Amino acid sequence: MYDILIIGGGVVGSLCAEAFSGYGASVRVLEAQSDVAMGASGANSGIVHAGFDAKPGSLKARFNVEGACLMPALCARLGVKYVNNGSLVVGFPGDEGAIRALYERGKENGVAPLEILDAARLRELEPNVSPEATVALYAPSAGIVCPYSLTVAALGVAMDNGVKLSLDFRVDRIEDRGDCYRVFSGERFFDGRYLVNCAGLYADEVAAMAGDNSVKITPRSGEYLLLDRRCGKTVSRTVFVAPTKMGKGILVSPTADGNLILGPTSLDIEDKEDKRTTGEGLARVLDGAKRSVPGVPSAVITSFTGLRAVGNTGDFIIKKSAPRMLTFAGIESPGLTSAPALAGYAEKTLCDEGILAEKKQDAVSFRRPARFMAELSAAEKDAWIKKDPAYGRIVCRCEEVTEGEIRDALRENPVPRTLDGIKRRVRAGMGRCQGGFCSPVVMRMISDELGIPFSDVTKRGPGSPLTFGKTKGEDR
Amino acid sequence: MKERSVLIVGGGPAGLAAAVAAYDAGVRDVLIVERDSRVGGILKQCIHPGFGLHRFGCELTGPEYAERYAEEVRRRGIEVMTETFVTGVTPERVVTLQSREGIEEIRAGAVVLAMGCRERPRGALNIPGTRPAGIYTAGTAQRLINVEGYLPGRRVVILGSGDIGLITARRMTLEGAKVLAVCELLPYSGGLARNIEQCLNDFDIPLLLSHTVTEIHGRERLTGVTVSKVDENRRPIPGTERYFECDTLLLSVGLIPENELTEKLGLPLDRRTGGAAVDTDRQTAIPGVFACGNVLHVHDLVDYVSGEAELAGKAAAAYVKGELGGEEKLAVTAGAGIRYTVPQRVRRGETAEVYFRFCDVSRKVEVYAEADGTPLVSKKLLRAAPGEMQKLKVPVPADSANLTIKMRPQA
Amino acid sequence: MKEKRYTCIICPSGCEITAVLDGEKIVSITGNTCKRGEAYVKNELTCPMRTLTTTVRGFSGRPVAVRTADAIPKAKLFEAMAEVNAFRPARPVRFGETLIADLAATGVPLIATANEEA
Repeated sequence: MYDILIIGGGVVGSLCAEAFSGYGASVRVLEAQSDVAMGASGANSGIVHAGFDAKPGSLKARFNVEGACLMPALCARLGVKYVNNGSLVVGFPGDEGAIRALYERGKENGVAPLEILDAARLRELEPNVSPEATVALYAPSAGIVCPYSLTVAALGVAMDNGVKLSLDFRVDRIEDRGDCYRVFSGERFFDGRYLVNCAGLYADEVAAMAGDNSVKITPRSGEYLLLDRRCGKTVSRTVFVAPTKMGKGILVSPTADGNLILGPTSLDIEDKEDKRTTGEGLARVLDGAKRSVPGVPSAVITSFTGLRAVGNTGDFIIKKSAPRMLTFAGIESPGLTSAPALAGYAEKTLCDEGILAEKKQDAVSFRRPARFMAELSAAEKDAWIKKDPAYGRIVCRCEEVTEGEIRDALRENPVPRTLDGIKRRVRAGMGRCQGGFCSPVVMRMISDELGIPFSDVTKRGPGSPLTFGKTKGEDR
Repeated sequence: MKERSVLIVGGGPAGLAAAVAAYDAGVRDVLIVERDSRVGGILKQCIHPGFGLHRFGCELTGPEYAERYAEEVRRRGIEVMTETFVTGVTPERVVTLQSREGIEEIRAGAVVLAMGCRERPRGALNIPGTRPAGIYTAGTAQRLINVEGYLPGRRVVILGSGDIGLITARRMTLEGAKVLAVCELLPYSGGLARNIEQCLNDFDIPLLLSHTVTEIHGRERLTGVTVSKVDENRRPIPGTERYFECDTLLLSVGLIPENELTEKLGLPLDRRTGGAAVDTDRQTAIPGVFACGNVLHVHDLVDYVSGEAELAGKAAAAYVKGELGGEEKLAVTAGAGIRYTVPQRVRRGETAEVYFRFCDVSRKVEVYAEADGTPLVSKKLLRAAPGEMQKLKVPVPADSANLTIKMRPQA
Repeated sequence: MKEKRYTCIICPSGCEITAVLDGEKIVSITGNTCKRGEAYVKNELTCPMRTLTTTVRGFSGRPVAVRTADAIPKAKLFEAMAEVNAFRPARPVRFGETLIADLAATGVPLIATANEEA
């Protein structure tokens, strides 16, 4: 019996777990996939929005502004890269009204500081922005963060504090047993006194399992292009375009890890697992990016689709789906920014309800960055290598990730079991060669470190084998 | 700070040949820095034959070719640091090394860049669809089979008809996989004719020219690819889609010189070659910094890599001894039908070995070097193809104002 | 009279060679730029030969690169592969070592082209 079962190992579930792990309560996270951050938390823009976008008075506005304030300290504590790079919404002739409206809205939401820039000042800050842009809203408080690193680190700290994690546990039934809920995945189940539903795209289905049929989630696909680090300095701030009737437009932003990201498209679809990219979508991303940054380079290293969980209220859905079940649904953009505040809300709710009580004295709250060697000075690197030679051997040449960092990731919570899991933790395979050189080495390390056969190493869990057995047959 | 006369970055075929040449030119204090646990570079996994015909007059496999040079390096007692990564080089030739021993800086009298190249990955192609397991570059598949001993796929489609793709098609077939087709975007193959013959035709593997992969299917592991015919502008033609049920897609769509260090040095890259611009001696714009092999421009024959590396190694030794020729340099222009030349600059009054590639496929051509409108040297070829690099020994006149490599149909 | 076209695989030049045949009899071979091309086409017409390169399972379990010392009949490639795949060395494989003296009854030995890593 657990005090709390968290359904969903995305950024919201993981930050909730981290918040709860400071108390004496027993907690388990149930994740449908083979790793955490496999849904929208693993595939989004990585923007910490300032908070001028959401409608005043909405949950989005409230949690966005609050989350953006919490993010820098949280990231510092969890060893996650956060860069306070600021954001710009650029406007073209005719957009002055829209920019002004965003400014007013931001003021009302409590975003400070905010500044409207003229063309000259805009050009001074971002020389590569379109010469046709005449006006911009500048939000210096905006930032960028690596969303999956944040998720992994939060859950890692939670697990270091005793939180348990079940992977490949896709919740398909919830049984109310009076004193607890029994949560099933096929034949397997866990009992929990309190449920926190952070199931992302499936938050509606999970709510319905507990009898709450009010929530409806629509997947909205967003295609992205990720560009080579070489292009990471094309702009230094996140560049949005003024919203039009056609939608929010394509952003151009550096990422916390120094790449350049372009996207997303926005298309409501039906299939919650359909993460295809399309020729038209990717073309639209590039065209859209060129509108604000005409000289955007084309050094694409990868493209991907993220599915945002759009709720049926136009706002975040935060509600009790059952007497002891808190649901977070429709946590679309600015969901990442809001996540720390949502976790704080959950913590307070569970304290109020008496589920969380005594704070632990010895709780862990800090974590070393997973990939850190490349960031150090020569002397610091040397000191680490002298302590442990594994930090001296570079395995991923593009991102300069060492054997020591990969090995550590394989021993740290939450333990990755897949090639993509390693990629998301230490960035091995995330660079310009996309794992061409390091994949076989990383596969070997996963096999050795976890004690599983080489042919059982997968890309991202069951059904995604990387190899089909030995070429010369098995040992005789 | 430790000092070395000639420091060579990379112990692949280029680095090994450069080291031997530098040593033989009289510099004893040569150091090879190699990131892998053994020298030989990518040749270690290229277990097929076809290497060494020009250089040794016999057909060797990759490991055998590498071993010949490794033996030369051993015999001379040239020092090799393995599992050591060069993380930085300054224009003053201070080289930063990272290894299990720690971080070390070495001041080198001359530096030879020989880091090789990498394969273009899927992302660079922007093929729409899902992102399942089962998409590999041909070289990664080759490593999984030949070095790790595991089969990366059972039913395979290959995109790109570069030599690595063709070689891997045969290799996978021999190991029991079924290769359904090799698709090539261009109307001609980028690989050697002999490889199409012995790697595809021998095993009845179809080569689909002017075709590309237009969609990737399968959520966890690849389940298939859509292949479309392309028009003369390389755009897919609607209605020509064909579905191939397969579990593996191999990419052999080009190699990119691995010039991160070169860029850290502040050297601009030649957009056509992807490498630094060099002179007759394969010296870059920074005195004492040389480049050779696939980091300079992608070769199709290792024999030419060795030849180029010897020029660089010998020149690096001469530089250290203060014997390298003067600065009197002339730009080489890639003229009609020529995509690029290496070197991009030559010294006047000396013979330069100029490597070049053609822009297009054609038959019965004559390539020639021309200075101030006067032909210097020419060579007749039955066939010109971008996939087959050629070279020309050009006696550069002492007083010419320009030098162009050109192509014309045979008279 | 009939014509058969070949791409020579002996060297990277890849000469395109035409053989004119009168029944079984070779009337002419043209297009080759060296003698090896002619020999290649004669072989193709009678018994195409190929060098096999592959790996064996080394003593450590990891693959070791091998080749046939000479070309073997193309028709025997898969039979040869079956024999190579079944081979298990009694000690670590050394560069140049003969592993199978007579591969697939071709009379051609299989030799190691790499040292097994310690």
